[in-house]
Amino acid sequence: MYNLFTNLSAWMIPAIIVFIPLYAALRRKVPVYETFVEGAKDGFGTAINIIPHLVGMMVAISMFRSSGALELMLSAVRPLFDWAGIPSEVLPLGILRPLTGAGSLAFTTDLIQTYGPDSMIGRIASTIQGSTDTTLYVLTVYFGAIGIRRTRYALKVGLFSDMVGFLAAIFICLYIFG
Amino acid sequence: MVNWIWLFFIVASVVVAAITGKMDAVTQAAFDGAKSGVTVSFGLISIMVFWLGMMRIAEDAGLLQKLARMLGPIVRMLFPDVPRNHPAIGYIMSNLSANLFGLGNAATPMGIKAMQELQKLNPDPATATPAMCTLLALNTSSITIIPTTLIAIRMNYGSANPAEIIGTTLAATFIATGAAILADRWYRRKSPPPNITNSLPRQPGIKSATPAAGGEPVV
Repeated sequence: MYNLFTNLSAWMIPAIIVFIPLYAALRRKVPVYETFVEGAKDGFGTAINIIPHLVGMMVAISMFRSSGALELMLSAVRPLFDWAGIPSEVLPLGILRPLTGAGSLAFTTDLIQTYGPDSMIGRIASTIQGSTDTTLYVLTVYFGAIGIRRTRYALKVGLFSDMVGFLAAIFICLYIFG
Repeated sequence: MVNWIWLFFIVASVVVAAITGKMDAVTQAAFDGAKSGVTVSFGLISIMVFWLGMMRIAEDAGLLQKLARMLGPIVRMLFPDVPRNHPAIGYIMSNLSANLFGLGNAATPMGIKAMQELQKLNPDPATATPAMCTLLALNTSSITIIPTTLIAIRMNYGSANPAEIIGTTLAATFIATGAAILADRWYRRKSPPPNITNSLPRQPGIKSATPAAGGEPVV
């Protein structure tokens, strides 16, 4: 099953890269190379537009982690987890996951290394890491690219779904592997 | 809300650092963060340039429109305020499919392109439209069929069954996405944008505007 999917993933990109220009050239007589270059031009400017947004966000997150403020916030919630019988080692992931993709992946890897991939903690951490995306990064990049400053309720929705996903991952794992 | 979170991060960091005496580390972290912001953006350049070129071919060949028509009903339900033949729909579809198959580096450029198309329908370029918020909600909870990175890490650390988390991940991601869609719906209804021209015809309580005033003619 897994092998099937990894093979599928490995073939997917090359298949797309071949299919699009081939179809365009043969069926629609599109001048493929010129069209590619024309479209690709927009990519540079778009990526550059994102820089200020991403720098602003990453500075704040990086400060928050290194100052120990994150740790302080966690210690406030930890008793609640102990009370509910949830391994509180996974707690930092709940806060890291929406903030930083690289940071939470590093944390997950560390948990897997320390407790083993087949421990409850390892399984919960893997499920949390795999089931949602980095909300703050997605928001910063997508809205930054088009210059949206008033994000309205988008962040609330994203963080709400992260929280639901986090709790769902924990309880599903406790139920399935418990 | 972003403003407050940002301010909270910075103020809380400095206050805590002042108490714990980690001020040097925080200063260092600020500049490290700035550096990685630039590094990540630069990393985006190559994939943005490549995929936007590819997608332009797909758009000119009419492939995006085809994709949009195929999965039209679902997208129309989620994005009632985007005209049905608008190019944004095609990009939204490619973004969602790329997410689904775990093609992370293709998903981002397509998502950004979809946002740019949605921006053309936006009466106020500085404020997010409901459609943008929905697209963002779907991306932050990103449904992925196979979490390949995680499986690889588990394999590395000698898991007896690295892929056993596929089921739990899928279940959790479905619940998260469901929650995102429901919350998005709720906010859409609760806070209708005051000045949008291409309104939401199916939602009661919004009196404004003619439907489908925005949007561009499509091939």
